[in-house]
Amino acid sequence: MSVLQDIYKTAEGIWSLVVGLRITAWNFARPQVTVHYPRKVVGRSLATFRGHIELVGKEKNPAEPRCITCMLCEGLCPSGCIKIHKPKPVPKAKAAPAEKLPEADGSAVGAVLTPKKMPPPAAPGEGSSPKAAAAKEPKAAPASKVPLAFTLNYTLCSLCGLCVQNCPADSLRFSNDVYLAELAAPQGSGRQAFQYDLLERLRRQAQLLGPGAASLKAPAQGSGAEPQVAAKAAAEEGA
Amino acid sequence: MNMPVEVIRLVVGLLALAAFVGLNGLVLVYLERKVAGFVQRRPGPYEVGPYGLLQTLADAAKLVGKQLLTPAGADAPLFWAAPLLSFLPVFVLLAPIPFGPGLYAVGSNVGIILILAFAGLNVIALFLAGWASGNKYGMLGAARAVAQSVGYEIPLLLAVLAVCFSQGSLDLRLMVERQGSWPWQWNAATQPLAFVIYCVCALAETNRAPFDLPEAESELTAGFHTEYSGMGFGLFFLAEYANMIVVCAVATALFLGGWQGPLVAGVHWFLAKVYVLLLVMMWIRWTYPRVRFDQLLNLNWQWFIPLALANLAVTAGLMKL
Repeated sequence: MSVLQDIYKTAEGIWSLVVGLRITAWNFARPQVTVHYPRKVVGRSLATFRGHIELVGKEKNPAEPRCITCMLCEGLCPSGCIKIHKPKPVPKAKAAPAEKLPEADGSAVGAVLTPKKMPPPAAPGEGSSPKAAAAKEPKAAPASKVPLAFTLNYTLCSLCGLCVQNCPADSLRFSNDVYLAELAAPQGSGRQAFQYDLLERLRRQAQLLGPGAASLKAPAQGSGAEPQVAAKAAAEEGA
Repeated sequence: MNMPVEVIRLVVGLLALAAFVGLNGLVLVYLERKVAGFVQRRPGPYEVGPYGLLQTLADAAKLVGKQLLTPAGADAPLFWAAPLLSFLPVFVLLAPIPFGPGLYAVGSNVGIILILAFAGLNVIALFLAGWASGNKYGMLGAARAVAQSVGYEIPLLLAVLAVCFSQGSLDLRLMVERQGSWPWQWNAATQPLAFVIYCVCALAETNRAPFDLPEAESELTAGFHTEYSGMGFGLFFLAEYANMIVVCAVATALFLGGWQGPLVAGVHWFLAKVYVLLLVMMWIRWTYPRVRFDQLLNLNWQWFIPLALANLAVTAGLMKL
């Protein structure tokens, strides 16, 4: 009995060797999965990459950020790496800026203290933004919501994501930009390369997408696929 | 008058074999890495030259350029004799092998004995390397190499002996000629058990995975060649691939009809068979995990030696009838 069992076990063992050889032979014949990196990049796997932050453009005008200069991100940022220059309120139209005064003096402290007050002015501004902004623009005050400068000091950023989470206008997101090594390389501009002018970056991305792409971009915005292409293109252009 | 012809044949043959071993070393290392890559669904060497063809040349240049270090605790003369002793017998091993009709360096009527005798030198080389390094990993690797090589030499000899019995000769040229052109006329068809035993023992004798215990990197760093740098390591490496060629060439001549083959017989059949066997060795290496040492010895003493002895007895009985 035990002899039979031994023989059976041996035969089973030998068969397992054949199975092993079959598996490696099968894998030998299958196509490779390697992506030859510098020449090719992996398709969509960068979509979930949380790089430095970047601005999101308006649907109608992708070169202009959705930002409403509420200064919330600058105030929230624990590393103090975001700097926003907001335009001075135009004195001519007094009615509108008056109600926005708590936001307008939005130094860091003000923004942090009044986060609950922020959404109400933002929500209508975002929902009806393209038409409303376009309509009001010639009059006066609302133009002042567009930041004059929006810079990121990436050397300080800890990528905590508070700014992206809390932006009431959905104007911030993580970029997919992974091509940072060459910026820091000795022949690059060094540390200075990580002082991002996010407005300039947005303009460049809009330019790359082209005027015809504005309509293309609008529906794709939610899916996150198109911005990735834009970011990649921008990164390659930057490099 | 006869002597000079033999001497010229030997000199030309050894030169040709040196070129053959060097060239095949480069090709085999490249092939090995490509096979490894393909089995794991990656490209293997890819960047140096078209399809990475120049990778092994670049590696060889790197090895040659490296400094040769002798460890403080090493026995210097023995330490440096070991890689030479490992590599030089390769020429003797390849000399009596008939690559084609009339294509051999030494025409000996005891060719197979010559090969088996000099193949034993490799054990001494590995042991010297481990011993002279003055390194515990080297020593352990050497101990394993000796236990393994000595153990597996027995079933290997018994398997070869069975073929010699059935052929009634020790001359590799005769043995090849007596096999026919077609696979069912080869010795592998009449002596299948001996062929299987020979192949497994050949893997163990050349220290190839899954029997690469003397250089098991996860346990012994690099085993017997832990302390070797530059071309010292390079020679062991080259000797390993040269020994692979030797065992595959002997297997081809003994079991697979040598240069005989369907349609046109000749050296191309010999090389094709050798390369098929080499590729199978690589295939096996990238399939199986390394065996444990007790498994290795159990497999040898409990399976292969009794099986080879039984095979030999049956062969001898049948030949007598």
